[in-house]
Amino acid sequence: MAMIEVRDLVFSYNQQLGMTIDHVSFDVPEGSYTTIIGHNGSGKSTVAKLLAGLLEKASGSIKIDGLELNLENLAKIRSKIGIVFQNPDNQFIGATVEDDIAFGLENHNVPQGDMQGIIEHSAERVKMTKYLHQEPTRLSGGQKQRVAIAGVLAMKPKLLIFDEATAMLDPQGKDEIKKVIMDIHQETGLTVLSITHDIDEIAQADYVIALADGKVVATGSPEEIFLDEEKLKKIQLDVPFSMKLSAELEKLGIHTKKHITMEGLVEELCQYNSKM
Amino acid sequence: MPIQFENVSHVYSAGTPYQYQALKGINLKIAEGKMTAVIGETGSGKSTLVQHLNALLLPDEGKIRILDRVIVAGEKPKKLKSLRGKVGLVFQFPEYQLFEETVIKDVAFGPKNFGVSEQEAVLKAKQALHLVGLGEEFFEKSPLELSGGQKRRVAIAGILAMDPKVLVLDEPTAGLDPAGTKMMMRLFERLNKEMHKTVLIVTHDMEQVFAYCDDVVIVADGKIRMHGPAKKFFEDSRLCKEMNILPPALIRTRDALNQNGFEIPSDIADIHALAKEIRKQVKRHG
Repeated sequence: MAMIEVRDLVFSYNQQLGMTIDHVSFDVPEGSYTTIIGHNGSGKSTVAKLLAGLLEKASGSIKIDGLELNLENLAKIRSKIGIVFQNPDNQFIGATVEDDIAFGLENHNVPQGDMQGIIEHSAERVKMTKYLHQEPTRLSGGQKQRVAIAGVLAMKPKLLIFDEATAMLDPQGKDEIKKVIMDIHQETGLTVLSITHDIDEIAQADYVIALADGKVVATGSPEEIFLDEEKLKKIQLDVPFSMKLSAELEKLGIHTKKHITMEGLVEELCQYNSKM
Repeated sequence: MPIQFENVSHVYSAGTPYQYQALKGINLKIAEGKMTAVIGETGSGKSTLVQHLNALLLPDEGKIRILDRVIVAGEKPKKLKSLRGKVGLVFQFPEYQLFEETVIKDVAFGPKNFGVSEQEAVLKAKQALHLVGLGEEFFEKSPLELSGGQKRRVAIAGILAMDPKVLVLDEPTAGLDPAGTKMMMRLFERLNKEMHKTVLIVTHDMEQVFAYCDDVVIVADGKIRMHGPAKKFFEDSRLCKEMNILPPALIRTRDALNQNGFEIPSDIADIHALAKEIRKQVKRHG
């Protein structure tokens, strides 16, 4: 079953400037790790906001976990979705990490007695238990994003949406967050929808949806997307180094399979070189 | 020698419980016309270091020579405005600082502020916008209507419109898509190679350092850990490891091949050369 079902979705910020989302349709399979990719201005973040009901569509339909997204269902749907944005400094409310995670629970009238357990469990998932009594401002970017993730996990969502959640972090912070998201996905089986430019993250996903100029230009496994040069050009996606090297070798008359990881290519080249 | 740090220290919140020494006796010379990467972990002091270049931060100890100016700790610097016209500093996420009603007004603000006539400021703004690849159709737009990448380019044009001799960029490509990143890095390369500006880039992206930068300065714990040619740095696998730096994909691929029986020399500089070398060795043995 599809966790997200989008059909013929249309949205425009300003009608004179044309459609930002131009008749977009796609499915996100339940339990999958799906990425939405595309250049800046392709409409990726707009799609995320439409899914969370932060923007109102012009036409088309969005179903989340089988429920039609409309005014009547909005509160129900929001309770199924946890969303983490790009800027770690823009999403804090609480004076301590613990307060911050508790904020959403309080809003949903979770009984006081249950809260502590939920907070501790969520903090443990993102390995922030030690920091529960710290002020969020004193944390690194990666730690802040982990708190943001704990905050949405506490709400027990069925779907996690990450809108370039690692884009503003340094390399260590990026790795930290990618690992946390991957672990949560594997351990809980939650559906993850990640909007990202990160090639490694795209390569590890189950399913990729590529947008360009507000339209879906490709969908498929990472292999299918990376191996289709026509599609790649449209998306302006950078490709893994191993594929660039394969293309260079091809020009020199050496045919290799296309690999999305360096290890795969090195292994194949070493077979040709087995007499060494 | 346009930039020279002599024993420069900087302390934040001196005399308070939050006192923190961000720079600890920095000695550094940056030659004119180079494109230099400044790298180091978050909190290492690299942003503090580059903010001394246009006297946005002043040294608590030591001396800084920049172009024809000398900034000495404890002395009140004079004519800061002229220095700031010559050393353009682009902050992290500069798009948050756009404020004018239109793109052209925003970019012309800098030169106008430096005493250039309205007409000339607009002309300089147009040239700068052209440089960053934003055509006439953008001039009268509100900066708020633009995408993140376009806003970033407007902010950089605002600095370029002052025609600085030294350009300092603090993580200029963070958050941009791959196409935007490439466009930006090519722009800096052009400013450096064709327009002969001295460029310093604070970055975490080792692929950029490898592909575009002549030199690399490594900042660690408020000190200069290393300063030298970028290519040489990436050959030093021990230092890379110590600094927690993942070398560029080209170097990693070459090393993986060499660990598996290939003998690819260390002076391979780009992907074409690597492919040729692989072919040679596969043919020889295949």
